[in-house]
Amino acid sequence: MSEIVISVRNLTKRFGHFTAVNNISFDVYRGEIFGFLGANGAGKTTAMRMLCGLSYPTSGSGTVAGFDVMRKGEMIKRHIGYMSQRFSLYEDMTVAENLRLFGGIYGMSRNEIKKKTELVLNELGMEQQRDSLVKSLPLGWKQKLAFSTAIFHEPGIVFLDEPTGGVDAATRRQFWQHIYKAAERGITVFVTTHYMDEAEYCDRISIMVDGKISAIGTPDELKHKYQQSDMNGVFTLLARNSTRNE
Amino acid sequence: MSKDKQKDITPKPQTWKTFRAFVLKESKHILRDRRTMLILFGLPVTLMLLFGFAIRTDLNDVRTIVVTSSMDETTQRVISALDASPYFSIVGTSPSGREAESVIRKQEADIAIVFSPRFADNRYRDASVQILTDASDPNMGQQYAIYAQSIIAGTIESLYNKGYPVETPSLVSTNMLFNPQMLSAYNFVPGIMGMLLILICAMMTSVSIAREKERGTMEVLLVSPVQPLVIIIAKAVPYMLLSIVILATILTMSFFVLDVPLEGSILSIVGISLIYILLALSLGLLVSNLANSQLTALLISAMIMLLPVIMLSGMIFPIESMPKILQWFTAIVPARWYISAMRKLMIMGVSFTYVLKETLILIGMTLLILTISLKKFKTRME
Repeated sequence: MSEIVISVRNLTKRFGHFTAVNNISFDVYRGEIFGFLGANGAGKTTAMRMLCGLSYPTSGSGTVAGFDVMRKGEMIKRHIGYMSQRFSLYEDMTVAENLRLFGGIYGMSRNEIKKKTELVLNELGMEQQRDSLVKSLPLGWKQKLAFSTAIFHEPGIVFLDEPTGGVDAATRRQFWQHIYKAAERGITVFVTTHYMDEAEYCDRISIMVDGKISAIGTPDELKHKYQQSDMNGVFTLLARNSTRNE
Repeated sequence: MSKDKQKDITPKPQTWKTFRAFVLKESKHILRDRRTMLILFGLPVTLMLLFGFAIRTDLNDVRTIVVTSSMDETTQRVISALDASPYFSIVGTSPSGREAESVIRKQEADIAIVFSPRFADNRYRDASVQILTDASDPNMGQQYAIYAQSIIAGTIESLYNKGYPVETPSLVSTNMLFNPQMLSAYNFVPGIMGMLLILICAMMTSVSIAREKERGTMEVLLVSPVQPLVIIIAKAVPYMLLSIVILATILTMSFFVLDVPLEGSILSIVGISLIYILLALSLGLLVSNLANSQLTALLISAMIMLLPVIMLSGMIFPIESMPKILQWFTAIVPARWYISAMRKLMIMGVSFTYVLKETLILIGMTLLILTISLKKFKTRME
């Protein structure tokens, strides 16, 4: 097995009497695309926030990029990238300005930013749009740009929170081309989604139900284990036992 | 990039560089939003001109009618004195007080000067002048009367004292200190400063932070290694600079266009204004903690800032004539202290020691609000 970059043991988060994340444990390996599935309210976002150093676990332990989630939240933040559910670039700034800003946030030098900008624009085929305001781009392009921005500083791990909401399957497939490229470079991809076609693209997936991880493995393993022809079937079977309201 | 073992010492993002990147970004947001720019620069200029020229409480060509049965020399003199003053202009005469009243009722005149019959002949006996004024606006009505009275009394006195010894030297004399011409701009300019600065700083900061929350960009910033404090300060800097530009605009306009004197030291005026700007920025931060959308931020700002500033700061309604409870309440309105300090400095030209109380109160309020909002901001982010 290759190097472990995310390791979580008995991670729990309570808000008052409500246990949002209940005793979850798993490992993620370098360069892997790890799908984090679950219905709305299953605790995906809460778990992800703990891994990103945004909130402290109530109990349990874990490391991300080699740093303790309890004590080294600030260090974790420097080694990860993050793309939020809502499209989150600055719409009133140009493509190049957005890249420059996020490069600056992660402490990249002006030279590095310049070189990397050329690279990214070339890769996305967006050289023409360098000086266009982001709000003038179609949603699919914005999402690709947001992903490139999230990995602009070459983080070890990138967290994607439902990155492809609101676009069609063809656009999602294009988006995933970029995810594969990043994973080939050694960037570990941790992605939440509720599109089952996307789940099939992942190396391994975990399915969360009511704050617990009820299944984990490669898509093929899971389909085989639960005797289903596709991921949709696996997901429906597991989510049926949910007692939480969606 | 990640072939070799993870380095132990990763480059720490330089705070200064990040800070500069943020200030640049924030300035772009402001400069590219035409509506914001319009509010930022249109509002101060419009308000200054409005309050300076259109909304005046000082008198200007009040329509006057004269009621007299005999046009003798004395009445003639009084009438021309009134007409010559910039405050009154004679629009007609009327045979009786009753008729003059109906003219006022028809809104064709604001004030009537009624001379008793054969005024000049009876001047040592029961000659009298009655002033009828439209007091539907009590403040204005009172002002008409006072102005008219002083002109009439002055004219008659100078007329009769010519050649005669002064019989009754007037015991009471009024001297309008600091604002001898009673110009309303003197009163309004400090008020507008108090209102505009808080409006721009507090409203704009709270809306711009709320916008980041609304659009989801705040989440991305919080996952980044940037300290929340840096984000906040970087947000405040462009607005602070803008406020200084606006302050300079207001002061220049009031000095050159509205002829408001800047009697006190500019240094104190600017210094206290900077404290006030800082206070407004912290208020904006506090509001942004409560509001998750731009609209909420806007409404809260308007509710907790604009209304008290207009009603309870002494800008328009004098604090001295409010009920006691409201007077106490005005003590927590920062604009009250700022406006009071500005009036003293700009119009009365006192030295800094006389506004020490206001300054200390403003500093105290700033520290309090800043502490609360920074604390709240931190806990919210966890």
